[in-house]
Amino acid sequence: MHPIRKKRLTIVLFLVVGVSVAVALTTYALRQNINLFYDPSQIAAGEAPVDVRIRAGGMVLEGSVIRDPESLQVEFKVTDFTSSVLMEYTGILPDLFAEGQGVVAMGRLDGGGRFVADQVLAKHDENYMSPEVNEALEKAASKRAGEGAGQVETSAGY
Amino acid sequence: MYPELGQMALILALLLATLLAVVPLIGSLTGREQLQAFARPLSAGLFVFVALAFAVLAHAFMTDDFSVAYVANNSNSLLPWYYKFSAVWGGHEGSLLLWVLMLAGWTLAVAVFSRQLPPAMVAQVLSVMGMVTVGFLLFTVLTSNPFDRILPNVPADGADLNPLLQDFGLIVHPPMLYMGYVGFSVAFAFAIAALINGRLDAAWARWSRPWTTVAWSFLTLGVALGSWWAYYELGWGGWWFWDPVENASLLPWLSGTALMHSLAVTEKRGVFKSWTVLLAIVTFSLSLLGAFLVRSGVLTSVHAFASDPERGKFLLLLLAITVVSSLTLYAFRAPVVHARARYEGLSREVFLLMNNVLLVAATLLVLVGTLYPLVLDYLDMGRLSIGEPFFSLTFSPLAIAAGLLLGAGIFSRWKKTDGGWLGRKLLWPLAVSMLFTASVLVGYGEFKPWAFAGIFSASWVVIATFFDLWEKSASRKGRLHGLRRQSRSYYGMVLGHLGMAIVMAGATVASNYGIERDVRMSPGDTAEVGGGYQAVFTEMGSRRGPNFTAEYGRFEILDSDGQLVSVQFPEKRQYLVQRSVMTEAAIDAGLFRDIFIAVGERVSDDAWAIRVQYKPLVRWLWLGAIFMAVGGFLAISDRRYRLREKVQKSVEPPAARDSEQTPGKPAGATS
Repeated sequence: MHPIRKKRLTIVLFLVVGVSVAVALTTYALRQNINLFYDPSQIAAGEAPVDVRIRAGGMVLEGSVIRDPESLQVEFKVTDFTSSVLMEYTGILPDLFAEGQGVVAMGRLDGGGRFVADQVLAKHDENYMSPEVNEALEKAASKRAGEGAGQVETSAGY
Repeated sequence: MYPELGQMALILALLLATLLAVVPLIGSLTGREQLQAFARPLSAGLFVFVALAFAVLAHAFMTDDFSVAYVANNSNSLLPWYYKFSAVWGGHEGSLLLWVLMLAGWTLAVAVFSRQLPPAMVAQVLSVMGMVTVGFLLFTVLTSNPFDRILPNVPADGADLNPLLQDFGLIVHPPMLYMGYVGFSVAFAFAIAALINGRLDAAWARWSRPWTTVAWSFLTLGVALGSWWAYYELGWGGWWFWDPVENASLLPWLSGTALMHSLAVTEKRGVFKSWTVLLAIVTFSLSLLGAFLVRSGVLTSVHAFASDPERGKFLLLLLAITVVSSLTLYAFRAPVVHARARYEGLSREVFLLMNNVLLVAATLLVLVGTLYPLVLDYLDMGRLSIGEPFFSLTFSPLAIAAGLLLGAGIFSRWKKTDGGWLGRKLLWPLAVSMLFTASVLVGYGEFKPWAFAGIFSASWVVIATFFDLWEKSASRKGRLHGLRRQSRSYYGMVLGHLGMAIVMAGATVASNYGIERDVRMSPGDTAEVGGGYQAVFTEMGSRRGPNFTAEYGRFEILDSDGQLVSVQFPEKRQYLVQRSVMTEAAIDAGLFRDIFIAVGERVSDDAWAIRVQYKPLVRWLWLGAIFMAVGGFLAISDRRYRLREKVQKSVEPPAARDSEQTPGKPAGATS
């Protein structure tokens, strides 16, 4: 083969191999590691898969935080003011975690509807509300409004 | 009155930048040298006025001029002076001004250090820099004026700088990072000028090489500083989160690394020209993409200051104009150039090509992982996040493969390398690094496949580098003479590669053998840290800082013999103005291990949640980055760049190949 063609062929082969390996790895890794967000209403309605790593979020229900006296285990309820989900977490909560604040957690749902979190994220500062939480609250509020459930409640930021 | 002066200076700078973008370019296209000669004075004027605007803003911060909205939002009279100064770039408007200042500084540097370049080339390069500056100055003046006033109701005091940013890391991290981001605009400008000329030759590659290397060195430091800051201030001991903002800084670094290597091939062998130009365009576009991601508010993080859709649109427009126009130019001009040099299937060229393939693949992976959730969200197809497992899974094999290739590539030669000869050369390094890796794993007491691969790859790079240095330094006049004979750019390369190996070793060991524990502790309790260390929680106290109050814990770190190693005081701070809580971790730092203690929330009257971590080799991450950056600076101080002027005067065609020793050519003992 002509040396220039041969060289070009090598380059093209390298590129093809490199790109296909990258694409294969990416799709495989993406399939394993995409974390979808579910709001408390969706979880209550059974739309969220059990024992798959997902994200869930909403507002921490006032008065729902219960600490284990012996360990760092903590339980709290996260709500979108329509439904709420019980979360369990062991470890250090972020500085801005508090009752009545928005949180997003990563973890798995167990069979009993309890969300076992391995990571809890709170907002970065006073003005920031996670877009997921905001959307979830808004959705729940408009749904309640649609059902004609009395007073229309507007969620924070809207 | 000063702030208005600052605004005037910005507008004048914008005018000068516009002139710079137009006049020298017309001069170079029409061959009128009087117009080309405007390039240098205009660059100098541009820098002076931007610097003036920056100084005015800094003055407003230092004198607590809260009538300026930006100062009122990002400073406070209680803030120590050094944070007042760093608060200049603590928000959106000021950091943009810093960006423009850097851009003007790089433009001035090109104007000053380009005496040996043909005037038409200088004119074009500076014009392209001018165009970029126009874009960013317009952005500043139209959407993000840092000098806007709050009149007549001047606030009595400022809203304070975000406590997360009140830290030494923030003083230095953004300037370094911006030096890198913006520095790639020089490589971009050279590439565009070469495309306009249709002259993509070795001379062009040689001119843009040192600029690329400097920008890359700064970016390396910037990324490393960001990771270091996240480690002790933000991350509870994590050092890389694959957060979109971090990825935004990694993207130009990856493609910039590819660019640096491909430029080396273009300079030495005159091949890969179109590829190199494309990489220069891509690298700068990724820097702009980084600016867009961080500044437009599409992401919410510490870095995203304001979510103003106008700003996002403007930056996206700037990015689109840059990408479309430069790629159009590329499409029309790049096919004109043809490589004449030949090389075989196994040669240094091919090794560097594979390095580029890996780096570009890594860039694409990070790009996909960063943009995919954003695009999906934008199209309203659901919210999802792609976390650390995705990146670890895909990025690690690429990094390990790059290390393995690098070790072999060091011995390869230009044009043609004999496979059998290369294999024999690699035998010893292979054996030594196998043994070394095995002993390290035995030392850490647990076999993990990823740890094995990472440590092997890292030690393979180190050992191959030293083997090569040993062989090259063979000399009849003795080893020392041989070592001294090597060029600075060769040593730069050695340091860069060692740095890469050090980072790999640090990342591998810290993530595979680090121990992280959250424990509930009361004063008097002892916690096992890992690595034989123990932490004794002795008491809790409180203190007052300039603008915060703090509760601190006192921890005694004991080693396996029960000897006191150090006493640590991790804090929980309550900032008074923003009423926010910050965790200040305490770290007992060492070359081979860090012990990290952070106080979490109070879980009962006398108990706190405490995070204790044992982090082996975590310092190596940043040490390696320092190696890389020093290597970069060393490489550009090489004689062949400084002697250029003389060479240029005596030898007319600038493309003449230099005959001195270069990193590419294995010299000395060859078999």
